[in-house]
Amino acid sequence: MSQDPHGHAHHPELTFWEKYVFSVDHKVIGLQYLITSFFFLLIGFGLMMLMRWQLAFPGRAIPLIGHMFSADLAPNGVMSGEFYNALGAMHGTIMVFLGIVPLGVGAYGNYVLPLQIGAPDMAFPRMNMMSYWLYLPGGILMLSSFLMPGGAAQSGWTSYPPLSIINPGQTMWLLSMVVLITSSLLGAINFLVTTINMRAPGMSLWRMPVFCWAQFVTAVLLLLAFPPLEAASILQLMDRVFHTSFYMPKDLVILGQAYAGSGGGQPLLWQHLFWFLAHPEVYVLVLPPMGIVAEIIANNTRKPLHGYKTLVLSMVAIGVMSFMVWAHHMFISGMSASLGNFFLVTTMIISVPSVAILTCLIFSLKGGSIRYNVPMLFALAFLPLFGIGGLTGLPLGLTVTDIYLHDTYYVIGHFHFVVVTGSIIALLGGVYHWFPKWYGRKMNDRLGYIHFWGTTISMCAIFMPMLFMGMAGAQRRLYDPTAQLHNLPVQSWNIVSTYAAYALALFQLPFIYNFFHSMWFGEKTVENPWKATTLEWACPSPPPHGNFEKTPKVHRGPYEYSVVGRKTDYWMQTDAS
Amino acid sequence: MGTYGWSLPVAASSYAGSIDFGIWLIHAAMLGIFALWGAFFVYLLVKYRARPGVAAEREDHEDTPSHISVPDSFSKFPFGQLLYRNKGALKSLVPDMIIMAFEIALIVFYAIPVWSKIKMVVPEGPEVVHVQLIAEQFAWSFHYAGPDKKFGPRRSELVHFSNPIGLDRSDPASHDDVVMGNELRLPVNKVALLKMYSKDVIHSFFVPEFRIKQDILPGMEMPLWVEPTKTGKFEIACAQLCGFAHALMRGDVYVQTQEEFDAWYKSRLAANPAAATPTNPSEEF
Amino acid sequence: MSQALNPAALMDNADTHSGVSNAKLGVWLFLASEIMLFATLFTSYIVLRMGSTSWPWGWDVLNVPLATLNTVILITSSVTIVMAYAKAYDKDKSGFQRWMAATILLSFGFLVVKAFEYGAEFKLGIGPHTSIFYAIYFTMTGLHGIHILGGIALNGGLLYMSSVDEHWKNPLFLGRVEGAGLYWHFVDIVWIFLFPALYLL
Repeated sequence: MSQDPHGHAHHPELTFWEKYVFSVDHKVIGLQYLITSFFFLLIGFGLMMLMRWQLAFPGRAIPLIGHMFSADLAPNGVMSGEFYNALGAMHGTIMVFLGIVPLGVGAYGNYVLPLQIGAPDMAFPRMNMMSYWLYLPGGILMLSSFLMPGGAAQSGWTSYPPLSIINPGQTMWLLSMVVLITSSLLGAINFLVTTINMRAPGMSLWRMPVFCWAQFVTAVLLLLAFPPLEAASILQLMDRVFHTSFYMPKDLVILGQAYAGSGGGQPLLWQHLFWFLAHPEVYVLVLPPMGIVAEIIANNTRKPLHGYKTLVLSMVAIGVMSFMVWAHHMFISGMSASLGNFFLVTTMIISVPSVAILTCLIFSLKGGSIRYNVPMLFALAFLPLFGIGGLTGLPLGLTVTDIYLHDTYYVIGHFHFVVVTGSIIALLGGVYHWFPKWYGRKMNDRLGYIHFWGTTISMCAIFMPMLFMGMAGAQRRLYDPTAQLHNLPVQSWNIVSTYAAYALALFQLPFIYNFFHSMWFGEKTVENPWKATTLEWACPSPPPHGNFEKTPKVHRGPYEYSVVGRKTDYWMQTDAS
Repeated sequence: MGTYGWSLPVAASSYAGSIDFGIWLIHAAMLGIFALWGAFFVYLLVKYRARPGVAAEREDHEDTPSHISVPDSFSKFPFGQLLYRNKGALKSLVPDMIIMAFEIALIVFYAIPVWSKIKMVVPEGPEVVHVQLIAEQFAWSFHYAGPDKKFGPRRSELVHFSNPIGLDRSDPASHDDVVMGNELRLPVNKVALLKMYSKDVIHSFFVPEFRIKQDILPGMEMPLWVEPTKTGKFEIACAQLCGFAHALMRGDVYVQTQEEFDAWYKSRLAANPAAATPTNPSEEF
Repeated sequence: MSQALNPAALMDNADTHSGVSNAKLGVWLFLASEIMLFATLFTSYIVLRMGSTSWPWGWDVLNVPLATLNTVILITSSVTIVMAYAKAYDKDKSGFQRWMAATILLSFGFLVVKAFEYGAEFKLGIGPHTSIFYAIYFTMTGLHGIHILGGIALNGGLLYMSSVDEHWKNPLFLGRVEGAGLYWHFVDIVWIFLFPALYLL
């Protein structure tokens, strides 16, 4: 590709494959990530719907499709323990690594970040393309583990050894993780270099939208936290394939047979290494959605966000602190009790920036002129519901109360509130907000409102009962909750959650229809339908290759709404007047 | 009718009360925080909804612009200038500070002392009931030392379906030992010290009414102490995924008076001490 | 294409907000992630060794002379790759090719010595499964070896590219050599830590 001094690339007309399949344009890649991650989210959701049947009606044959499963998975259509555990482990893995992170980072980050900083593309467009083309095969590899002899991984998404060393399906899980981690690392490098080096003139770091800061901190977390999991996974692969004993102590007797291994390993080592990633990972799950919520709120209150600096510094603080709290997942693990005290303190400290972010977002509403459109409803719902998730983290983060609540449904309720009614609600809101930019058309509002109310209410109905079940001591990962008698007083809640989950599935139909129908037949829209101030709204919808006609020049901060004395209530960052 | 329980089960051990206190206190705080924020949130949503002719109001007056000088009252203190210039930003941290104060109090006065008591104390003395717990896929074995207070040695080579813990019965110390499957008996109001082992994968010993839970790592000895305060039958659940039958790995704790406990122990010994091991459920798979 | 900045043209442009070009910043960030990868393995080594009842002395069971030879080989290869960069900077094609070829040859030499070392162990039936010591030894040196292979591929690719006029004359070529050099120095440094940790302690 020849280049002239101004850096123009004169390339020949792109082939179909170069334009739509192996595109190096961040916008195409972003949409590839969007569709693929929604596809994986649906699969993860489907796995959960199977599990929910078994939880509500243990021992009853799965209706309609039960007979389609083989005898090891569901003899006579009744789910076996192995199958349930496989569904559970894969549901978690798919939702986290194939769903939310690719959606929040790969889709939103890829599409919106370069636009918001005024860049023509990512720093490394080809590497961007490689990231996606590692993600998709990695995901397919992960799913194909269902077809392996012995079935898919069934030791929890947490893969604790020794169980994960002796259980089937784990090798495929580990190999897929290595591929997915590589994809993530390449993406993280791309995001960081782009954000640091490719901001348009005038776009200082303190003029970047909060969304960009969120993506920036997330990229740092991905870059530094994933390699330890990769190393830990390599050790686990060695244990499984080459019969080393990194995680296997001496003298194990599995179901009557002595385990042939040299011994000398420590199961706790995996837990420390895993959670060293997995804790920053949960902030990877939540920071991009917080960024999305910030953008939507600023836009629909018609005023600057409250505490921009506090928001940004809190996100950075969360990023730094996230590396120091991991063992609050391990209070009961058998690690030294004084370590428990250390992580108790760091965990309490990390709650400070989290509360600060929510405070700033809520205070942003004060003094505003709030527009209640569909994206804003999602962004608003995020606030109290993520708040419930965050608050329920308190008894879990406290060593003493965690003794009782650890590994119960209280934990499941807590993290689903954070990730589902938190992250996913925000990610859905982001679709409605940026759809006009992606496709040049608006989504249908009425379907959007139906989707919003149905989704939010169903989600609460699924997860609120879990908090009650946890209080009764109901354990997680039980394929038959009624096998443990202390769960009987709360079994009916399982039925409520199941019906709510099926309702949630139904309420996604208007969304799926709305999305695809609007892509082709939605009402055509202008460059800046939301009358927003940030740079992505200063180019056509959708933007052409290269994004901006001329390199944008940035004159002010990202949220200059309702400036006194101006004709319009928004003053774009690139507006020279 | 339906079973829609929402509360904690009955508290049946000496420290269950402290744990329950923490749970209720935190939940009261959580509900209070949520109610306050929620009310404020709804108020904002109503008061600041978009109305024709009413513009949004920026908060530019919050931070003091640079041309206004810092008054002496502030500049006397370290960071005084920083505080004065960023008054607006710092206001958002007020809710944070209140919650922080609550959390610090919780940690210093509650979590650290109670955690030490439960997890860092190993009870000693002649009155302590010593039991060894051996967990495996998918059963619990409880090994009592008997009147000689000496546990018979266990060896992995001797593990067999009729001897799941591998007790060396040739050793005299094991002659008065009793081994139970999935059944733990304890005298009420006496401290029991469980030393826990796993034969294969990570399990976790959990009795909801006692509020005790501890993961059992294979290759390590995990101590756990409990003082049951109520007689009755309570459930043991495995609290760490341990395989396909993790859901079925349950047992029962029978808390009895000292007399009942002694009588029971005598009867178990009399039945057949050398073979006081029940069928091992795991080999039924 | 717009008048806006083209990512490809910016690859080596050091006139950026950070003062470092995109490509160089990218390489440094990649190395940061690699440091985390190997740091995890070193940490695991420390944890496993401290938690074990017996651990052999490295010099008792491993071939220290061979490993010392490998250390010399690798350090020399870091010098040769710096020379290759210097020649590329001076636009001396044959000089670059000679020094890069020397680097690649030395890398192969490292792997050959490694093969001898592993071979001797395998012949005795020793493998990663033998003990926790051998597990960590084979895993860490093995992963390091894979990184050496990666470096050979990278350097070999650059050597080949230098024979193609279009690539040799590309202003981005020097930056690529520098990036490859940075990666190679990293691989060398990992060995400098690995060697004493496994063989001498």
